[in-house]
Amino acid sequence: MSALNFGIVRALLAGVVAITLWQVLVWATDIPHFILPGPARVALSLWTNAPLLWEHAQFTLFNLLTGMAAGISLGIVTALNLALSPGARLLLRPMLVFAQAVPVFALAPILTLWLGYGAASKTVIVMLVIYFPITSSYFDGLMRLPAPLTDLAQQMQASPIRRLYLLQIPHARPALFSGLRLAVVYAPFAVIIGEWVGSSRGLGYLMLMANGRGQTDLMFAALMVLAAMSLILFGLVERLAKERGPV
Amino acid sequence: MTALSLQGDLWMGEQPLIRNLLLDMPTGQCSCLLGASGIGKSTIARLVAGLDGSHHLDGTLRASDNLPLAGRVALMAQGGQLLPWADLVQNVTIGAKLRGERPDTARARALLAQVGLEGLEHRRPAQLSGGQCQRVALARVLIEDRPIVVLDEPFSALDTLTRLAMQDLAAQLLMGRTVILITHDPLEAIRLSDRAWRLSPDGAEPIVLPGSPTPRDYRAPQVLGAQAALLARLQQDMT
Repeated sequence: MSALNFGIVRALLAGVVAITLWQVLVWATDIPHFILPGPARVALSLWTNAPLLWEHAQFTLFNLLTGMAAGISLGIVTALNLALSPGARLLLRPMLVFAQAVPVFALAPILTLWLGYGAASKTVIVMLVIYFPITSSYFDGLMRLPAPLTDLAQQMQASPIRRLYLLQIPHARPALFSGLRLAVVYAPFAVIIGEWVGSSRGLGYLMLMANGRGQTDLMFAALMVLAAMSLILFGLVERLAKERGPV
Repeated sequence: MTALSLQGDLWMGEQPLIRNLLLDMPTGQCSCLLGASGIGKSTIARLVAGLDGSHHLDGTLRASDNLPLAGRVALMAQGGQLLPWADLVQNVTIGAKLRGERPDTARARALLAQVGLEGLEHRRPAQLSGGQCQRVALARVLIEDRPIVVLDEPFSALDTLTRLAMQDLAAQLLMGRTVILITHDPLEAIRLSDRAWRLSPDGAEPIVLPGSPTPRDYRAPQVLGAQAALLARLQQDMT
């Protein structure tokens, strides 16, 4: 059996065990379904509310993807600029450190105030949340060119831009992937927070609405869809890292 | 062709490393600097190769033609200069790419064949042995085609037999260039060099070498005798 298949089998097995435990917990404790619905009830809700979930999931996924695309590209561009220009390092780095100290989630209400209830505020929150991990891990990777390669660049009289392109960028690829891994973990958080703070669509909105109406099973169903989305994103990054990441 | 002369005091920051250096390294020959680790051998390699560091020379480093050394020195070090993400041809041609020139891949292939790596051109360094990696590094030095070559302990991480084979290969392929070999291995110094010095904080002491041509046979009585004498001299330094 290949490693990939084995991984899938293991994940499925873990899933089955978790669902069984969940069902056992619900049966054993007799928790009311509006507090903790059992897996069967959630599955039923997933099935009956599929069109509703799909509609809201599309909005969330769109925000997630645009925010990630913006955050990743902005992070990469910033890191490259920092690596290339000592002047930029002098100016931007303290700003980055300061900005990192601000909990971006706390900006969500302000961003909603400024950008409204639509997609823009969510995109920006996701972008801001993943921007720092991407920038700092990629920048670190770019700056940590091993001494023998630094010597090589100097010996071959490489210009800073060729040194960046031919040595630093390939060397920093694993670091970029560790930034990407963090980004896929943070981004779903960020998009949901954005939708909780103010939205008329999306899985976050749906969860709040379901909560208000006591439809705990729908809340859980939305959570499942979000978890599936995160897992798929994470899997994609892992796969990309396996193909392109090492060295 | 270019001979090199180095004289003066070598400093590392505020610390004196070697005083009263006086090294004349003749054109087209192999000059060897031998000494304990930490003595400043690699610092001399960096100095000649024009690499950054906190060292400075209170004295002169001159080529016999009085032209600057920049761009005329190739350096081969102990390891780590290969790009793990690139294949062997790309590794050999990286110098040209870093300078913004067109890489000569045909010549890179020919040189890889010359160092005994024919058929492995598409491998990456991780798929090679330590000795093979140093062959790639040697091919890179050769493609640069510079008159002065600094070898900074290039074979010290290799096992004995591989090291002997690499010494022969390097001697053969670098013939005619002004080579500065930095090593802590007495046998390597005696096999390969036309001139050799033992470095100490007080300066460079010439080492007596056998008269035979390089690379010398490690079984020859003169070579063994010179090696024993040199080892004894180095042991004296330790006590």
